[in-house]
Amino acid sequence: MRGEADTRCRPWPRRAVDAPAWEAAAERLAEGQGTLLALWGEVGGVHMAVLDEAAAPGIEVLSLACPDGRFPSVGRVHAPAIRPERAMRDLFGLEPVGLPDPRPWLDHGRWGVAAPLSATPSARAAPDAAPAYPVLPVEGEDLHEVPVGPVHAGIIEPGHFRFTCDGETVVRLEERLGYVHKGIEERMRGADLDRAARLAARTSGDSTVAYGIAFARAAEAALGVAPPPRAVWLRALMAELERLANHLGDVGAICNDASFALMHAHCGILRERVLRAAMTCFGHRLMMDRVVPGGVACNLDAAGAAALRALVAEIAARFPRLADLYDRTASLLDRTVGTGIVRPDLARRFGAGGHVGRASGRAFDSRRALGGYPPYDALRFEVPVLEEGDVNARVWIRIREIEQSLALIGQILDRLPDGPVRVPLSPAAGEACEGLALAESFRGEVLVWLRLDAEGRVARCHLRDPSWFQWPLLEAAIEDNIIADFPLCNKSFNCSYSGHDL
Amino acid sequence: MPMRKTFLEGLLHRPLTDPPPALDDPELAELGRKLDAAARRRLGRSLAIREVDAGSCNGCELEIHALNNAFHDLERFGLRFVASPRHADVLLVTGPVTRNMREALERTWRATPDPKWVVAVGDCALDGGLFAGGYACVGGVSAVVPVDLHIRGCPPMPAQLLKGLLTLLAPP
Repeated sequence: MRGEADTRCRPWPRRAVDAPAWEAAAERLAEGQGTLLALWGEVGGVHMAVLDEAAAPGIEVLSLACPDGRFPSVGRVHAPAIRPERAMRDLFGLEPVGLPDPRPWLDHGRWGVAAPLSATPSARAAPDAAPAYPVLPVEGEDLHEVPVGPVHAGIIEPGHFRFTCDGETVVRLEERLGYVHKGIEERMRGADLDRAARLAARTSGDSTVAYGIAFARAAEAALGVAPPPRAVWLRALMAELERLANHLGDVGAICNDASFALMHAHCGILRERVLRAAMTCFGHRLMMDRVVPGGVACNLDAAGAAALRALVAEIAARFPRLADLYDRTASLLDRTVGTGIVRPDLARRFGAGGHVGRASGRAFDSRRALGGYPPYDALRFEVPVLEEGDVNARVWIRIREIEQSLALIGQILDRLPDGPVRVPLSPAAGEACEGLALAESFRGEVLVWLRLDAEGRVARCHLRDPSWFQWPLLEAAIEDNIIADFPLCNKSFNCSYSGHDL
Repeated sequence: MPMRKTFLEGLLHRPLTDPPPALDDPELAELGRKLDAAARRRLGRSLAIREVDAGSCNGCELEIHALNNAFHDLERFGLRFVASPRHADVLLVTGPVTRNMREALERTWRATPDPKWVVAVGDCALDGGLFAGGYACVGGVSAVVPVDLHIRGCPPMPAQLLKGLLTLLAPP
């Protein structure tokens, strides 16, 4: 890779490349060398973050200037890039040359503007009726289509699923997302760090702590500021509580989608206990806006620590029996074992993180990978990995991660350093700066890339939810399963609509 | 035998359910007085609720879900979530209403039979919140369908949601 290293981006430098080098990088991804971590645009250029754990420094960011608004498509050879490139075309008007899918992705023709993030957004009439969106053609005898959504039957986020079925069996699922596109990256532009952090925290509410950490770490890397040790440990404490709450909710909800309501009720009780403890300790049930650039906006007193120890003790006492109940209920296992299989090679190719990746043999966890980020580099924990890739495996990854999070919370409480919890952040000395950070949410790694201008305002911020590389695998997982098992498969993934749609 | 143990324990323990919230919020009481008394009479003391996410970050959905857990137990008040707007008396709408969800929200509202109430949940649903002013959001539920009640918060806690919903049932 030739190119000028741009050291303003920390801790991983960004490198400007030419079109042949960009294409060569795409070819290497297609050959299975490295993993596509993110692909995003800005006015006049495109960026790609590639993970290669075997080679230092582990993550490489490549940038290609495209003054004519065109760039060689990565999705042409590497399918995981297709949706990000469709989104870049919608938002920036950048044309991925050779991209096999000409359809828009986030742009449903409703914004009243085309390419809203480009230098010259063009006004466009927003039609009252939905513009046609051709789903991929499916041909064959006796096939029928089932359209579902965007408004679903349960209390879940909106998205459209088009099933093509042969009898009960799904022969193809096509997803259409973008319904909850809020324009977060546009709202970020020109925002001060405070406001930008609040926006990042609302990218996906269930991962608000993880987004807070990823955004804060990107900002701190950009400005060259280290948050105080106590803040770093408190962040991890909140992140593990968030993981615990979400996994407890998911284990219950997956069983509920197999009509086993007892598990749902009991997991719901434990989840509520976590949220109440978070409220007691940090003043917000979801711990929203508690992680801020420069540290944390809360502290933990002795009573709070005692409440968390009591919480850990209660869950540690009650949860094993629920796991046992899951494992011994044959009618439930009949639904989850062998259902919705994600093949390990697909999980690896798409770089799926979280329980989706780890249930299909991909061990990546950003708390551990590349040396891990503090304080996880100083904590003992295991990253559970299974190979089966079915709903059952995704349940078991969560069960194991609940156990690990309980142990982590205990370790953090034992070793929580004293001291201040926040340092002031001042804008860089008159020059733009960039930072890139990963933080492990309950569903996988959140990536934030941030460029601040000389006044410390956001020039461009890209937030990449782990769902981007999990949603496409759900389409593969449901193939040859019965349509009635879709809710079960979908819940076992639990991808974020909001985090993906931005 | 974990199932039998779990059932037995459930029988022997006291319920976890929280006491009903006190309806002492003057702002909500004022809204309650304004609600259509005729609709209130016709809908009685049991409401079917259809939730619509019109662009939320999913934080509101998490807390709406929590209404169903053993602590909040929404159904003891005659309130329950239904799968279709055609079965609903109340639309519980979250989010700043993205332009991409606008039509779906309008169609859901039209599919809900009269008399009906719309409850907007969360700070985004009030006026678009942090997302207001961008190209992608309409900004507030009331810009799209008539809203009877706002429950504020980011996200509102389950107790606040319960208070708001019980306002609909309280006698004027």
